[in-house]
Amino acid sequence: MAKYLLIESRDAFDSKDTTTYGALAADLARDGNTVTLFLVQNGVLTARPSTQAAVLTAAIKAGVEVLADDFSLRERGIPVSRLVAGVKAAPLDTVIDHLAEGRKALFH
Amino acid sequence: MAGKKLTFALMDSAFESARTTTAMRLIDIAARRGYDITVFAYEGAVMLPFAKQEQHANKVHGREVEEENHPLPRKFIASMMTEAKKNGGSLDWINCGLCVDERGAGEAIEGVRRGAPPDFWKAAETTDNTLVIATR
Amino acid sequence: MKALNIIETAYRATIEEQDDTVVWLTHAMKGAGADLSVLLRGNAVNYAVKTQDASGLSFGDTKQTQPPRLAEDITRLIGKGVEVYIVEEDVAERGLERTDLIDGLKPVPRAGMPKLFAGFDRVWHW
Repeated sequence: MAKYLLIESRDAFDSKDTTTYGALAADLARDGNTVTLFLVQNGVLTARPSTQAAVLTAAIKAGVEVLADDFSLRERGIPVSRLVAGVKAAPLDTVIDHLAEGRKALFH
Repeated sequence: MAGKKLTFALMDSAFESARTTTAMRLIDIAARRGYDITVFAYEGAVMLPFAKQEQHANKVHGREVEEENHPLPRKFIASMMTEAKKNGGSLDWINCGLCVDERGAGEAIEGVRRGAPPDFWKAAETTDNTLVIATR
Repeated sequence: MKALNIIETAYRATIEEQDDTVVWLTHAMKGAGADLSVLLRGNAVNYAVKTQDASGLSFGDTKQTQPPRLAEDITRLIGKGVEVYIVEEDVAERGLERTDLIDGLKPVPRAGMPKLFAGFDRVWHW
């Protein structure tokens, strides 16, 4: 199976399509692929526990690794200690690592 | 990880979207690693290396030009070109020609070249990976 | 190398550009020999609607003489051998019927995305 990097720059409060994108990540993982969902920009707003956390929780349950850009978190005053369970902070370098690894990469 | 080749396609113009900052951050990481980087600037992104961008003062911040030190994408790009080269890599910035024409963006910084969609496809075929950061 | 262009944002600058810039880009790359397919999702499924008409705009005494013809551009892509997929649920959610759309499209359910993506070396989301 393949490895995927799905980058989410939009947040669930602004864009309904983030639900579909998160579901895509989950579907890819359930299909046997290795999937990372990397939140960046306002995408990290969904990483703070809120009414919109369900899409991330579902992705994690499906086996998706969910990471949040540490700079985007700090920029928005979201402490690493206060993220949706299972979401980890990570440097943006991770995206370059995954690109260099050859993962199929999508930016939403 | 030296020796890797990456392609990016960008679409956003300067000063309009956080996507541009993310793109610049990614290119910077790759430049520091000494990768060979190709950027295909499509549509509004051809304004990113526009040579006539200028800094300004900011009375709301209470700062004059020098202190405000307003970011200019053209400076970021020039600096990353130097950084990539310093680390054994390169940053090849291709502006989509028709996009340049319709925007009057012909004056770009040194090192930027004019191209067309087949250049993007060729870069995507010959590099290790490609990330498209489109606009909305 | 096979690549899938996913087009989601719709009607962004289509009047100023007289086309959709990603549909246009796909035409240009195909013409240069690229092995590309297209997936229309989100609002971009509306590009397949037969009855779109953006003609008649003018600004001062400057008339737009070549309005975008998006459905025609998609049809021409199909004619060039580009497979154009369209997400079934996005069509249905927007109240569209199959008869509203141009011919030649390949409907795919959301659950079919993993299998679709598996057939491509690169998947680009525009």
